[in-house]
Amino acid sequence: MSEKKPILMQGNEACAKGALAAGVRFFAGYPITPSSEIAEILSEELPKVGGRFIQMEDEIASMAAVIGASLTGSKAMTATSGPGMSLKSENLGYASMAEVPCVIVDVQRVGPSTGGPTAPSQGDIMQARWGTHGDHPIIALAPNSVKETYEVTIKAFNLSERFRTPVILLLDEVIGHMREKVVLPDQESIEIINRKKPTVPPEEYFPYEPDEDGVPKMASYGEGYRFHVTGLTHDKTGFPNLSPGNTDYVIRRLHEKIEKNIDEILMVEEYFMDDAELAVFAYGSPSRSSLSAVRKAREEGIKVGLIRPITIWPFPAETVKKAAQKVSKIIVPEMNLGQLLGEVERYAKSDAEVIGLNRVDGELITPQEVVDKIKEVL
Amino acid sequence: MSNRVELRFSGTGGQGLITAGIIFAEAAINAGKNAVQSQSYGPEARGGASKAEVIISDGEIDYPKVTKADLLLAMSEEAYNKYKGDLKKGGILVMDSSLINKEPDIDAKVYKIPITKLAQEEVGKTIVANIVALGAITAITKLVPKEIIEEAVFNRFPKAKELNKKALNIGFEAVSRCKEC
Repeated sequence: MSEKKPILMQGNEACAKGALAAGVRFFAGYPITPSSEIAEILSEELPKVGGRFIQMEDEIASMAAVIGASLTGSKAMTATSGPGMSLKSENLGYASMAEVPCVIVDVQRVGPSTGGPTAPSQGDIMQARWGTHGDHPIIALAPNSVKETYEVTIKAFNLSERFRTPVILLLDEVIGHMREKVVLPDQESIEIINRKKPTVPPEEYFPYEPDEDGVPKMASYGEGYRFHVTGLTHDKTGFPNLSPGNTDYVIRRLHEKIEKNIDEILMVEEYFMDDAELAVFAYGSPSRSSLSAVRKAREEGIKVGLIRPITIWPFPAETVKKAAQKVSKIIVPEMNLGQLLGEVERYAKSDAEVIGLNRVDGELITPQEVVDKIKEVL
Repeated sequence: MSNRVELRFSGTGGQGLITAGIIFAEAAINAGKNAVQSQSYGPEARGGASKAEVIISDGEIDYPKVTKADLLLAMSEEAYNKYKGDLKKGGILVMDSSLINKEPDIDAKVYKIPITKLAQEEVGKTIVANIVALGAITAITKLVPKEIIEEAVFNRFPKAKELNKKALNIGFEAVSRCKEC
């Protein structure tokens, strides 16, 4: 293997390159700061690999186009920020119910509304979880570096294909716009997962009959398999069936295909947790400040560790439960007023006290702020 | 951590400060170092406050932003006033003296260079003021060799090599002419 030269790359660029490496062939979107570079790069690169780029009239239409493209067999994605995410949420529910794989990138900026287009935030954490209607499962991933954005974008496509589900990639303005030194892996070394295709002839195919793992095989439109796709509750044929028994079965199966395979989905890193008496729980760009802070505190002999989830949804409940039994307090730095904090509290129960460290001024939490908080709660 | 160097380029949107930050970070990486570049700017394409930050280190860079700058480039009076407090004591201050009519009032090694005026009068284009500044910063900090910064500038603007080479050199020379300025 030849030694690759390190290059300076932007987070959004890494996202676009990661998507291409994962095999994306369709992008529909409506540009919005701080996500626009993803659309810009894919508008140039997709035609070169036989893919399609469409700038749609709005975010609702872009999400609809993404779902349509995916049904024809293309790996499809869109990218946006908070205000656009609100609109995409409408059809996100459709993708969840109709089990259409797709990747939605939300590069978070200060909100609500147009808020601060160029300022970072983590205000869309709960929107990612519950932004669309209905009792749906979701996968959301939050990388914290340019290199990891590349890797996690590939992972997002793999998970969406593997589980026939929409996957949200939650960046923030710091990660999306930051440039960092990266060495990209060779394409051959990257694991690519593609959706399962039917092996039976069209007349024997049921589009919503799950395999053992809860995931049905997916035919592409245009390959001779004719099937019905609807947002209505449907049975294995794809046609509406709103009986209580079927409705209960469908909603539970949608959740179970994620929950039962959670080990394939969860990505959590732990630093200095072995002998930790205090933990910091951080994701996205504040996790960088937190790692720096934890290192500084360790130098001063404070037994503090860091838990860094990359998978935000489904929430790494077991990690938190285990940590809460070991440490007395968990600090949760977030660029919101305590969104994931509530989840940490929910699983830490009374085993550990959960304390927020929050900034909503459009600036990244500093390592010093985390150090000060660690010392304050010691 | 001790070899972490923090640089902040500040001024007004449209001056090319973010581009300068990208070029400097790229050059640092080509010189075998680790670098992170970030920015903050308003929603406007021109005007409004703008700053680019570059962190250079031999090791890992966790926090990607400036906490206490080792170097501050100020290309507007507003930026100078806003960021002077974040410069380390005895740090390097590079002021565009053609845009800032003010005596520096902080404890710093000061380089007053008429960056924009040099770009206009000696290179012939105000637009290369950011490259003149890069030349000066390269000469002052010696963080990256001159030929590597030159290569990074050419890489960014392959169609304007001569113009940018001249701008870089003028920035370089301005520093040697400016022992006590």
